[in-house]
Amino acid sequence: MAFLRMPGIKVPHRKHTAAMAPIRIPAPEEVCIPLSMHIGAPAVPTVKINDKVKVGQVIAQAGNGLSVPVHASVSGTVKRFEEMNTASNKTVTAVVIQSDGLMELSEDIAVPDVTDLESFVDAVKQAGIVGLGGAAFPTWVKLNIKDASKVEEIVLNGAECEPYITSDTRTFFDRGDELVYGVETLIKYYSPKKVIIAIENNKQEAIKTARKLFAGNDKVFVQVLPSVYPQGGEKVLIYSATKKIVPEGKLPIDVGVIAINVTTVAAIARYLKTGQPLTEKCVTVDGSAVKEPKNLIVPIGTRIRDVIENAGGYKCDPAKIIMGGPMMGHTMPDENHPVMKGTNAIIALDGRDGAVPEETPCINCGSCIQRCPLRLDPPGFGKAYEMKNPEELEKLKVNLCMECGVCAYVCPAKRHLVQRNRLAKNMLREYKAKEGKNGKA
Amino acid sequence: MEKLNLSSSPHIRGKKTVSGIMLDVIVALIPAAAASVIIFGYRAALVICICISTAILSEFFFQKITKSKILVNDLSACVTGLLLALNLPVSIPLWQAALGSLFAVVVVKGMFGGIGKNFANPAITARIMMLIAFTGTMTAYVTPFTDTLTSSATPLAILGSDTSALPPLKDMLLGIRAGSMGETCAVALIIGGVYLIFRGVISYVTPVSYIGTVFILSLIYGGGEFALYQVLSGGLLLGAFFMATDYATTPTRPLGKLIFGLGCGIITAAIRFYGSNPEGVSYAILLMNIITPYIDKWTRPTPIGGSKK
Ligand code: SF4
Ligand code: SF4
Repeated sequence: MAFLRMPGIKVPHRKHTAAMAPIRIPAPEEVCIPLSMHIGAPAVPTVKINDKVKVGQVIAQAGNGLSVPVHASVSGTVKRFEEMNTASNKTVTAVVIQSDGLMELSEDIAVPDVTDLESFVDAVKQAGIVGLGGAAFPTWVKLNIKDASKVEEIVLNGAECEPYITSDTRTFFDRGDELVYGVETLIKYYSPKKVIIAIENNKQEAIKTARKLFAGNDKVFVQVLPSVYPQGGEKVLIYSATKKIVPEGKLPIDVGVIAINVTTVAAIARYLKTGQPLTEKCVTVDGSAVKEPKNLIVPIGTRIRDVIENAGGYKCDPAKIIMGGPMMGHTMPDENHPVMKGTNAIIALDGRDGAVPEETPCINCGSCIQRCPLRLDPPGFGKAYEMKNPEELEKLKVNLCMECGVCAYVCPAKRHLVQRNRLAKNMLREYKAKEGKNGKA
Repeated sequence: MEKLNLSSSPHIRGKKTVSGIMLDVIVALIPAAAASVIIFGYRAALVICICISTAILSEFFFQKITKSKILVNDLSACVTGLLLALNLPVSIPLWQAALGSLFAVVVVKGMFGGIGKNFANPAITARIMMLIAFTGTMTAYVTPFTDTLTSSATPLAILGSDTSALPPLKDMLLGIRAGSMGETCAVALIIGGVYLIFRGVISYVTPVSYIGTVFILSLIYGGGEFALYQVLSGGLLLGAFFMATDYATTPTRPLGKLIFGLGCGIITAAIRFYGSNPEGVSYAILLMNIITPYIDKWTRPTPIGGSKK
């Protein structure tokens, strides 16, 4: 398998904010905290309108199965429940809390009692932690491994391959202690052969810092990866760091790997050390329409408007606002949307950068096919989708597409390939669901 | 605040554009076009202008009439016109050149759905159509630096019979020989081809495997000098660099390109050695165009992590 090549592309780095220590913003007037900021079942609210809440207090319990609890991120009063649309077009309920400006900590905050793997996993769940690199998959589920001896490698994702974003890089600089504590805890409960800290080679300072942090630990290796997008994609990262391929329909643990984002590890450590659950997030605010690009630590639920205000406001009218990075983030219809647990950046672009290119017919140049990290066939997806042929889509494995955006990035015809891939994935999913039903009947 | 743009990721795009690629192809063809004017005189420039303008105008009106999106400014019609012109003899009647260009753009490209959807190379198909329709004028070649028609025709024809009449190798490289306008000057074509490879517009695989196959087969068939002449004569270099690398009508993946080049090489050699026609490049490419969808299918790799079923 050594000859296997996982291609990728060079994207502009634009890491303007890498050297800027994050600034904690003052409590916004109100926050809007969705009850579903993770993949899986929404959390179930435990507060009523007009309840007083404090920072770190549970406002919603984890739902059944794949879910995590949600905590208040400011102190104040529950004002109302709001229906809102998420970026992935789901309607979710959000709790709106009017802040009293005091940021008082809840009395519930207490260092958890962690003695074994089970209590560790439960602590991660109670902390409300989800994958902070953007995927927002409940972390406790990932860590809930019955047989810890299966774990060979733990890969810490510090690749941060998206342009602009530096919030994970900042974790190395600003949360070193927590990172070390988190890694030591992971080693304690999973005893992996090694822990690999994967960082792209365009972040030399972060590499140096990480090497220093883990200098004494012979199980921890800092691995420098080429800065090739999408290096931070889970499957790509696992392949780059361990040369293991996660097969279709399997999880990283099936090949003996746990892959976890660096900031997620720091968040786990914070909870274990202090009992503070996940209530705030470091967010990179950047883009050609932002006056003072910077990293900000904001309470979860802070609306885009308030975040941008703390970055000096706009330089010019924004044409596009993106939650997340420019390669995989979602555009926002307005500034009301709140920062969620998985949000790592807010990018506002001016008219030129934010223009949507017009697509022209595919010229069959093959760039997308040759650059897709997973060797998929995006124009093939498009054709099969237009011909409403889910069988063909299944054969082409559209389900594997990680929506990384490489294909659309390189396309000279500016085709909206990722959008079509997404539609094609949905078509296949619906077809499979129907097929499953028919199969049973 | 103005209305915000909503769109699917990614929100930044690479710099490559279709017109940029086409412009690169045009730039790469300029040496060959210039050589044709130097070698065959100003009439070459006239034929080129006629072909390009007919191609552009007919694409524009075709898109207007069929009410499809006007895409003339992607420059692809310009490339088709230029390529066709370089595939014609300089003495071609202008109306025939114009008709061929119209046929290439409207019938071969437009009627099959426009850019990217045609299965056969427009310039090549038009050339073959013209060879059938206007055999006389299409095979009337002019002696370089004169206006007189040669009776002895092209080196390829000579290779098949009396080799003592062959032009020296130096003239073959510089293009001082009878032939289609743009196919004779090997140096110009190689410069253009290398430029395209260097710019990442085409892959080296197709030209190398195509030219290599013809060379090796000729070496076996007729020895070293024969092989060199085979590579430098006819439309091989023009075809291998500029037409066997056409995106729409040739395979997408490196392995497919290799197969395509090999196939073209074998067919070209077979036609040249055993056929009644001295030139095989156009037919070879057209035939391989036809099986390209199958090559693409055979060479589709298993996605990484995909389970085989
Ligand atoms: S978005 Fe999907 S098809 Fe496109 S490059 Fe990424 S994985 Fe491949
Ligand atoms: S990159 Fe764009 S134009 Fe090229 S094959 Fe893919 S979809 Fe077609």
